[in-house]
This record gives sequence, structure tokens and C-alpha cells, in this order.
Amino acid sequence: MGFLDIDNVTKSYGAVQVLHRVDITVEEGEFLVLVGPSGCGKSTLLNMIAGLEGISSGEVRIKGRVMNGVHPSRRNIAMVFQSYALYPNMTVGKNITFGLEMHGIPKPERDKAMRNVAQLLQIEHLLDRKPGQLSGGQRQRVAMGRALVRNPDVFLFDEPLSNLDAKLRVDMRIEIKKLHQRLGTTIVYVTHDQIEAMTLSTRIAVMFDGHVQQLGTPKEIYDSPANLFVATFMGSPAMNVLPVRLEDRNGVLHALLTGADGQERALAMPHAPAACAAYKDTEVLLGIRPEAITDPEGADRNARTIQPMTNRVTVIEPAGADTFVTMVLSGRDCIARMRADASVEPGRDFDFAINMDKAVLFDPKTQTRIA
Amino acid sequence: MAVPSPDSPVRTARITRVFIYLFLLLFALFYLLPFGIMLINSVKPLSEITGGNMIALPREWTIQPWLSAWSTAQIGVQPTGLRPYFINSMMMAFPAVILSTMVGALNGYVLTKWRFRGDTIIFGLLLFSCFIPFQIVLIPMARILGILQMAGTTQGLIMVHFVYGIGFTTLYFRNYYAAFPTELVRAAQIDGAGFFQIFWRILLPSSGPIIAVSFIWQFTNIWNDFLFGASFASGGAAPMTVALNNLVNSSTGVREYNVHFAGAIMAAGPTLLVYIVAGRYFVRGLMSGSVKG
Repeated sequence: MGFLDIDNVTKSYGAVQVLHRVDITVEEGEFLVLVGPSGCGKSTLLNMIAGLEGISSGEVRIKGRVMNGVHPSRRNIAMVFQSYALYPNMTVGKNITFGLEMHGIPKPERDKAMRNVAQLLQIEHLLDRKPGQLSGGQRQRVAMGRALVRNPDVFLFDEPLSNLDAKLRVDMRIEIKKLHQRLGTTIVYVTHDQIEAMTLSTRIAVMFDGHVQQLGTPKEIYDSPANLFVATFMGSPAMNVLPVRLEDRNGVLHALLTGADGQERALAMPHAPAACAAYKDTEVLLGIRPEAITDPEGADRNARTIQPMTNRVTVIEPAGADTFVTMVLSGRDCIARMRADASVEPGRDFDFAINMDKAVLFDPKTQTRIA
Repeated sequence: MAVPSPDSPVRTARITRVFIYLFLLLFALFYLLPFGIMLINSVKPLSEITGGNMIALPREWTIQPWLSAWSTAQIGVQPTGLRPYFINSMMMAFPAVILSTMVGALNGYVLTKWRFRGDTIIFGLLLFSCFIPFQIVLIPMARILGILQMAGTTQGLIMVHFVYGIGFTTLYFRNYYAAFPTELVRAAQIDGAGFFQIFWRILLPSSGPIIAVSFIWQFTNIWNDFLFGASFASGGAAPMTVALNNLVNSSTGVREYNVHFAGAIMAAGPTLLVYIVAGRYFVRGLMSGSVKG
């Protein structure tokens, strides 16, 4: 039993089931991120933990106490909303202490708690202002202050950064991470931004279509995606997915694909999982992240299997820190991530180095990873 | 170069503007004309009016017609002036306006933030009540007032206007609160605020514009109502509109037109005042639906 248990929870609206048997255990101090595209059920799940939506079946437990049917204010949780949801008629100070006031905490204690939180978030100079007079980042801080002041068991964040501009979003992301490291609080965080999910979380639940597709550490999710959806959703640019044919050559499994010139390319996979043997002489999907395809000098020195491959370059996109190189493999666009100073030219052949340690194979029918 | 040629866009725009303002001014004067006539005739001695001099400014200024209309004119059988009836109207309008606005606000809050099965049907029915003509409810209402023993009293009129106004006020508040962020209500719920605390502490303080709309609309309608007043409140309990009618129709010899004019302005005064003081909130409230925060 964990700190926060989501035990076989489902949600239906009439005959429509929007969440299918979600089973997640969160330990104390964990930072769980629910990530997925719009309509995947992540916000619904968060609202169910908060008590803002009913639970159709299953149980939500916090510290072992069953929360089904318990009013949101008695769950000892706090929530930061996407729109911040600051009370427009109250000052920042009032916004922060409103919850304490509703819980009948005397004024001297409220003021003390407010000052502590304001100091922590550096919003002391804003306490007498109204939310309408604050910038986006300041409102975000106040919203977090309102959550922090309650000293809750679990913090719930509902896409808290999506209303901020790009630069501020990165700053606030770091702030949230610092806050988590400093206070060691338990956080459940909803976002559709996979970079936020990767950078903030200790564990990620990737959701799609009302199902948890995969639950794991950021590294597990990134390196060993459970299925094609997780593989392509996490990572930017997305993982390349190429149809290949598996063949045994001299006892070593090879993935065969066609280059831009129509000729065959063979990539050896000596460390492919044992289950791949069953897929010998069939078509499977090869997943390879852009950063696993480089120029030979940029290849990972610790990799066990680096496969060379020459192919025609279609487009190059210099992005400052990296240069993205697009080529055609097995009839699909494939993106490679190069060092910024790699000498690549469009329309020319280039010698690529592919780190096959990072390659994953997917069953084309079930779309799950072959492992 | 800097001077625009005669047919430049800037110059034609200015000419058009002059015409527009002239036109508007003309119409404004035209619409003010009846009120102007009322005003100048209410400060004239009766002899000047009966002498056929209705449009001209008074030769002799007097406030006697106003004093007479207020406190001594014959209303029905009593020479009380309009004062008691003015007080009647106030005693009727304010409670009815406040009650219907409060219930409308509460309805709007429930219909948008505490949705329940069938809430759209309930709202539809409430909306329907806005379109029921006064005449249809006269007889059922008379019966109900009779049963409640409120017939012929100001309390009875308060109830009629209160009930009749709920449809409109609910419509206003529902539409206003529909644009009010539901996340605020959820945040307040997590903060531990109850049903009425959320209403008092979060929604109502942000409802200024729509309260103004509801107040103006209800006050104007209730103050100006004649039919309900004439039907359900008689004699001493009659509102201002009914009393004005009685003033004009009570003939004790000569018809004192100057007194009638003064009485009519008194009857129109409060609604005029409300509109002048709060009119800009009316437009603002109807336009605004969202709360920036």
C-alpha cells in the first residue's frame, strides 16, 4: 500500500467509459506526471483524486484512507488549476488564506502561514494586490502559494504552465522542480507536454484513450516504450518508426530496410531481445530515436553495436544546438539528430552511424514492443 | 503636402461627422420635446395653459402645481396629494426588486455551477415565464392572493412582482454566471467553502454589473406597472401609477393640467433617476459576461 493508491479506478458517463481500470500506486514524496493528448482522461483522473468528479468503480486511497465520496476539502489535498482560479475579488493575501479561513483556523495563525509561504515563493510584495494586477508568472506563484499554505498530503497540478509563454514556462518548471526537491511533497501533475513530463517527474503515466499505456520512470518510458503510442508520443522530434524485415544472417539478427536509392540496408542487432527470434522472416516496426542516428564521430563511444549506413540526405534543419537531418528509409521520412557542426549537405550521400542499442522493435499487429 | 486636398478622406470624414452630429442632435431634441413641454407647463399657473399658451415658457414661474400634486391634490376621494402613493410605490418596488434579484442570482448560480438532471428544462420553463403576458396571470394571481389573504395590500403587490420578476433575473444571472470560470468554484470547494459561502464570497462580489442590470430592469418594470397595481391594490394601497391615473381622472370642477404634469413627472422621476445614475452599468453589464482574473 502506497501513500496515494489509485486502485482499479474507472469512470463512465452513462454508457461511455472514459477511464478503464487505472491502477497506480504513488509513494510519499513522488512526483507522478499524467501525460497524454487531450481527451485521454488524465484531467478526469486528477479530478477524481481531488473529489471534483465521482468514481464509477474502484477506490482512491490517501494514506490508506478511502476517499470515495469524501468531500474535496476533507481529503487534505490542494490543487493548482490551469487558469490559476484566483478569486478575482480578493487580494493575494486573502486568496492564500481563504482555505485556512474556511477550515476555521484563527487569524494570527493564518497570517503566519501566509507570510511563510509568501517568503518561500517571493511574493511578499504582492500580498495586497488583486489578481487582476498580476502578471501570468506572478499569478502562477500565488496559485502555488494557495496550495502550499494548506500543507496538504498530496498536491494536484492541472496543466499549471500551459497559460504561460515559452520562456516563463521553462523558468516555472525549474521552480516547481526546486520546490519539490526542497519540500519533498507528493505531487500528481497533469500535462500534455512531454518535455514537462520528462523533466519534472520521478514517474510518468502515459495515458491514451482512457487507458494507462505505460507507467514507469522517465528513462524507462523513453528508452523502453511499451508500445508504439508511447514511443511516438514521448520525445521531440518523435521516434522514427520504420517497417523492416528481420533476417538471421550467420546467427545474428539483422533488420533489413531500403535506402533512398532503392538498395537494401542491413542493420545487425546482436543484442536484440530473445523474443525477436519468433519474428524471423517477418515484417516488424523498427523504432529508433533521432539522437541514435548520428555522424560516425558523434556516435556514442559506450554503445555495443554501432552500425554504419550510407544514405541520401533530403533536408537539413539547423536548430542551433543540433542539426536535424531528414532522409528517406523504407519509404518513410527518418530524422537524425547531428552535432551542429556536422558537415551534412542536402542531396548528397552521407555516412550515418546508427546506435542499435537504442533500437526497439514493435509487433505491427498489436503495436506492442517485442521484448 | 501636409494640407489635405478638398476631397481627401480626412476632410470628407469630418463633413460626414458634422452631419451625423446635427442629425443626432435634432432627434435628441425631438425626443426631449414631450418632456420639455411637461416641465414648462408644470411651473406655469393654470390660467396661462387654459389661455392657449402651451408651448411658450411661463410668464410667471411657480412651484405651486408641484406642491399641490405632492400633498394636497384630490386623489379619488381624498385630498392627500401623491405623497402616500409615492411611498407605497417605494415600499413595493424596493423589496420586490431586492427579492427577485437575490432569487435570480441564486437560481443562476445553481443552474450553472450545480448542474443537475433536468436543469435545462427548469431554465426553459423559467425563461418561458418571461413571455407570459400580464393579462393571463391576473385571475389565477387574484385567487392566490385571496387565499394568502394578501389581496389589496402592498405585500400582495410585492409578491406578484417578485414572482413575476424571477424569470428575467434568472435569465440575466444564468447567462452571466455561465461565463464565470467554474474552476473558481472548484478551487473554493477544495478550499472548503460551502454552497452559500461560495455564493457570498466568490460569485456575488464579482456580480456588480449584472446586479445593476437586474436592478434597473426590475425597478423600471415594477415602478411603471399599472395593470397589477390597479388590479391587486386598491384605495390607500395603490401604487404611484394608479394614483396618477386617479389624479388625472378626479374632476372637481376645473382640470388642473399644471398639477397633472407635475404629478406625471414625479411618477416618472425615480426610473429616470435610476437610469441616469446606473444606466452605463446597464450596457456594461449586458455586454460583459466574463470575469478577468
